[in-house]
Amino acid sequence: MVTYEASSDQAIRLRFPWFFPKILPMPLAIEDVARIAHLARIHISDEEAQRTLAQLNDIFAMIEQMRAVDTTGVEPMAHPLGGSQRLRDDVATEPDWREAAMRNAPAHENGLFLVPKVIE
Amino acid sequence: MARSHPNWEVVIGLETHAQLSTRSKIFSSASTAFGAAPNSQASVVDLALPGVLPVLNRGAVERAIRFGLAVGAKISPRSVFARKNYFYPDLPKGYQISQYELPVVVGGTVRIQVGDVEKIVQLTRAHLEEDAGKSLHEDFHGMSGIDLNRAGTPLLEIVTEPDMRSAAEAVAYAKALHALVQWIGICDGNMQEGSFRCDANVSVRPMGSDKLGTRCEIKNLNSFRFLEQAIEHEVDRQIELIEGGGTVVQETRLYDPDRDETRAMRSKEDAQDYRYFPDPDLLPLVIADDWIERVRAEMPELPEAKRARLEREHGLAPYDAAALTATREMADWFEATLAALPGQAKLCANWIMGEVSARLNRDEIELAQAPITATALAGLLARVVDGTLSGKMAKEVFDAMWAGEGSADAIIEARGLKQISDSGAIEKIIDDVLAANPKSVEEFRAGKDKAFNALVGQVMKASKGKANPQQVNDLLRAKLG
Repeated sequence: MVTYEASSDQAIRLRFPWFFPKILPMPLAIEDVARIAHLARIHISDEEAQRTLAQLNDIFAMIEQMRAVDTTGVEPMAHPLGGSQRLRDDVATEPDWREAAMRNAPAHENGLFLVPKVIE
Repeated sequence: MARSHPNWEVVIGLETHAQLSTRSKIFSSASTAFGAAPNSQASVVDLALPGVLPVLNRGAVERAIRFGLAVGAKISPRSVFARKNYFYPDLPKGYQISQYELPVVVGGTVRIQVGDVEKIVQLTRAHLEEDAGKSLHEDFHGMSGIDLNRAGTPLLEIVTEPDMRSAAEAVAYAKALHALVQWIGICDGNMQEGSFRCDANVSVRPMGSDKLGTRCEIKNLNSFRFLEQAIEHEVDRQIELIEGGGTVVQETRLYDPDRDETRAMRSKEDAQDYRYFPDPDLLPLVIADDWIERVRAEMPELPEAKRARLEREHGLAPYDAAALTATREMADWFEATLAALPGQAKLCANWIMGEVSARLNRDEIELAQAPITATALAGLLARVVDGTLSGKMAKEVFDAMWAGEGSADAIIEARGLKQISDSGAIEKIIDDVLAANPKSVEEFRAGKDKAFNALVGQVMKASKGKANPQQVNDLLRAKLG
């Protein structure tokens, strides 16, 4: 079992580093927005970038505000809902969806979806 | 081949993807059967249609637990699925569901042997994740073809500490792990079909240094030979680079077996920022102690324990015990033979490692496809033990059994192969041979040992090979006095 002390800030950082993005300085700069957009393969205009920058910084400010709350003794959650994952039995029941799936595809051949050529 | 680098120490860690042998996918109920028509086993979840949700396969989790128990690891009572974000057409969601901070299996060890040296390789972790689909780059009018049958197939990624110090150690580890995952029935181990593939993290450092060098990761090595060649090549490349005044850049490299070289795939500068975060579609995976205990109760005896027991209970030599526990099928076969012929462990071992293995190799088949059963082999060996058959005759009967001619007793009967062990009958043959070969008798009495062997040969020939050779020896010597 991963153990952690009754939630000092440091312990929570260690256990849930994804809540504390290291690569993003706060507040964000416009270059950060450009990088995030690139990673998400979203094209945004300069004007959209400015608006997004303000919104993202508002979100970070809100996170800062929440982090100021004393959470001593509260176990961190990985999901807003409590409870645990339900499991299904290992049985293969799905029919062949290929024909229906191909009807959604802009290009296909011999049962394959065709996409612009990708080579590493 | 491998150049020697006395001034350098090689440091290797392996990441292995073992495809779990479930019937259905990790997050959907589509089949995982290999070789189906393209995209015929891609459900709405695998296709990432909007609004669908993943539901975790109990069978995949159970196999992860089995692995954790087999390597003496900690099974996390609570683990978390995370999204690994990147874009590639064979990954329709735009992320792979994996585990990051909290994997299902933590720690553990695998014992390896290189030459006479035993070594323990520490595992860092093993986590559950889904496989991607397959991209086909043959020419489709300048486009790539995508087959999503493999998308969502359950994988266990098994990560070691940087504990290996040579390509040979890395191969020994990979082979031990490969045998183990098949032994515990969580992976079919078929490397050609990609069910078991390794990535190697390789770095070098000056001998005596305790600081790790910059590492390169070599991806997708799907045979032990490629694993060994790729590491040896990469070690040479890094040392040459450093000795020539350069520095190793952390990057991902691909091994090209046709040219026996590795080449850069992507460097760390534009390395992927995968932006892992907990997958909101999945709640934490909770594994209760009673589930772990149920799985433990159903675990087969592990190879190491079985090996030790074969040595202890049946007096087998370490080499024999190791060979017989190379696969679970072989070990089960040996134990089934021995159960039918108690007390004859060495004889059973010799025949299985000798005649049976040789026939399997010749016919390129596995034990499961062998034309004879373990009980049938025991039936043959029983006739060796009771003196009905000589070793040579037993091999003839064995060949006939392998060819499907029936049980040992049926073949002995049909071919009249019973060994003559009746001293009266043998003495009669000896008398005839001695009478017909006075010259040999004379030579033997004159001190020529060769003449004795010639007489034995004559007796065996006269009995059509059926006389018990030991008895012939003893009786002949007695008669010649």
